[in-house]
Amino acid sequence: MTLQDFLMLDLPPLLAAMLAGGTCGLLGSFLLLRRESLIGDALSHAVLPGIVLGFAFTGARAGLPMLLGAMLAGLAAVALIAVVQKAARLDPGAAIGAVFTTFFAVGLVLLEVTGARSVDLDLDCVLFGQLETLVWTEGRDLAALLDPAALAALPRQLGLMAGVALVVAVAVAAFWRPIKLACFDPAFARAIGLPSRSIELALALLVAAAAVAAFEAVGSILVVALLVCPAAALRLMTDRYTVQVLGGAGLGALLGAVGYALAGPVPAALGVDLALNAAGVIGTLGGLVVAAAALLRPRRRPAAAAITA
Amino acid sequence: MIAYNTLVVLSGCALLGVAAGTVGTFALLRGRALVADAVGHAALPGVAVAALIVALVGADPRALPPLLAGAAIAGLLGVLAVQALTRTRRIREDAAIAIVLSAFYAAGVALLSWLQTLPGAAQAGLSKFILGQAAAMRAEDAYIAATVAATCLVLVLLAFQRLRAVAFDMDFARVQGLRTDRTDLLLLALIVLVCVSGLQAVGLILVVALLVLPAATARLLTHRLPRMLALAAGCGALAGAAGAWVSAMRPEVPTGAAVVLLAALLFTLALLFAPERGLLARLWVLLRRRLAADTEHFLRAAWEAQEAAGAGPGTAGDRWAPIGAVAAARGWSAGKAARLAAWLALRGLVARAEGHVHLTPRGATLARRAVRAHRAVEHHLLAAGTADADSADRLADLLEHGLPPEMAARLLPEPSALPASPHALGAGR
Repeated sequence: MTLQDFLMLDLPPLLAAMLAGGTCGLLGSFLLLRRESLIGDALSHAVLPGIVLGFAFTGARAGLPMLLGAMLAGLAAVALIAVVQKAARLDPGAAIGAVFTTFFAVGLVLLEVTGARSVDLDLDCVLFGQLETLVWTEGRDLAALLDPAALAALPRQLGLMAGVALVVAVAVAAFWRPIKLACFDPAFARAIGLPSRSIELALALLVAAAAVAAFEAVGSILVVALLVCPAAALRLMTDRYTVQVLGGAGLGALLGAVGYALAGPVPAALGVDLALNAAGVIGTLGGLVVAAAALLRPRRRPAAAAITA
Repeated sequence: MIAYNTLVVLSGCALLGVAAGTVGTFALLRGRALVADAVGHAALPGVAVAALIVALVGADPRALPPLLAGAAIAGLLGVLAVQALTRTRRIREDAAIAIVLSAFYAAGVALLSWLQTLPGAAQAGLSKFILGQAAAMRAEDAYIAATVAATCLVLVLLAFQRLRAVAFDMDFARVQGLRTDRTDLLLLALIVLVCVSGLQAVGLILVVALLVLPAATARLLTHRLPRMLALAAGCGALAGAAGAWVSAMRPEVPTGAAVVLLAALLFTLALLFAPERGLLARLWVLLRRRLAADTEHFLRAAWEAQEAAGAGPGTAGDRWAPIGAVAAARGWSAGKAARLAAWLALRGLVARAEGHVHLTPRGATLARRAVRAHRAVEHHLLAAGTADADSADRLADLLEHGLPPEMAARLLPEPSALPASPHALGAGR
């Protein structure tokens, strides 16, 4: 494999996988601590109609309309889940199951009706992700990394993902303490006057944005793996909040990188004729990491031992 | 004329809907509905591995039973994985479900992409299991789905008592000596069976909706379990058959999406129009209650305006009260007071003339009852020392409606007496 091959064919998907993994891993910890992992599941499915409509309006895979549509769809789904849960007196799981499947089904039908289904946005992208299709035609040598004209030719999905990752990172850093309180003790957070509802809403919006950004890389369903698996693995290993949140982001990015490498480049370098779907490998790795964490996790000292010690 | 094959497929999907509605009802009541989501997604690697084995053995790659068996095994493994993760006590069930469904599905995606590179047609058409494609179902596929669905139904009927006990009161069932863990396992097995039999028609992503939506629809319509089961089965059958029909007519629409949208439509209708729990019915009750409270407040204010004008406590006298005074006493806008006056005049409770109202005998009776209830609560609160005159007035405003006459009689023992108001009457309080 030459450097040119790497820059043109491997660098964009690698970056995309790492950005998606890092963003989702960061947000996943908050979802897990707030016991809202299924909201992440629901949002990643529910943004589909928004994406399709955004695509249909502009006729191209422009980032902003799709992002906007997806965030609206995500908000609508969250609001509808609350309404259905209250009005039909369902438990949260059932309400989520009822709403997100409906949104996803609407998205699938819209995909057919609006004619958005095309080479650009098709079912395969929704179901399997399209990491492999990201290429950088201008990446001929290392000098291109510093050349603005060549950088402008990077796949525009990367720009969207980097933007969302930046926004998410800044938001998390700026509201570190309020988010922490809202994760661990929502009642206390409300009592001391934190806008608990707004934080909740902002979190949902960020997850929706991350879901769209990651959607093009790993597909609608595998976003769930990136949202839940790194966070859950860290939750099994640590009790420290900072480690949990930052570690989740790091593990997510690592999963993205290793998964992508294992799917194609590494077997190719070893001379094995094996090319797997990168998103699938990333998700599988996520599951394996959780399983490993569950087996290897540090056992807490039993209470009796703590008393006699 | 519907072709024979289409007819068989429609019937198969209808029966599938019946089974999904029935099993879904128990899953919903037991709080287990989303397990189906994990089972459905987890089936994908099972299907892929089964297809690989079938291809290696050299059997017919289109045969359904081995694929469904693979799906069932993988689905069961998924359920076990959810339980194992939950047992760590650090990952709750919701997160465990999300982990299992995404990781298993991812493994399936990776396997599919590998199968594609193999020679032969091992993976041909496997992706139809993801979103469902009833149009591609052959009659014998429909028979298989129908058989599995029928098995589910029979099992539900056989274990009806146990399932009911576990769905409603786990602890009671345990105290009664039922093996609740076994019943739970049976329920999980039923969920797996339904998901597997629905794979070809609905697809593994959306099969959870077939379990949740009809059951949730039925839950809105009735409180009784047998009726709920029947309604859920009916909704499931309708959505299943109609969805399959839509997809048979327009093959480019994924069947799963069609089935789910029809089930969601039924659910939405129930959510809006259900006789007791529907949003419209509850809005209607709320508005009627609010109107009843406003009516009582108006009548009482009219009575008290007459009292304040010198009729003395307990007697309304034959006076006319200005609507403006009523509005001021209640803090209402003039328009609202006028509208209420018109409504009460229509009901024959007041007479209206020149911006004044006069209580008719029926209106006076109701007004006296309202005043009595209000003052009973006020005096009670004051006697108990829980409130001063002003807050007693406000609390009584909230409590008096729907206070039965017997209760007012307990608070105010003398039947004919109407005590004086503990505070000044009129506006400005």
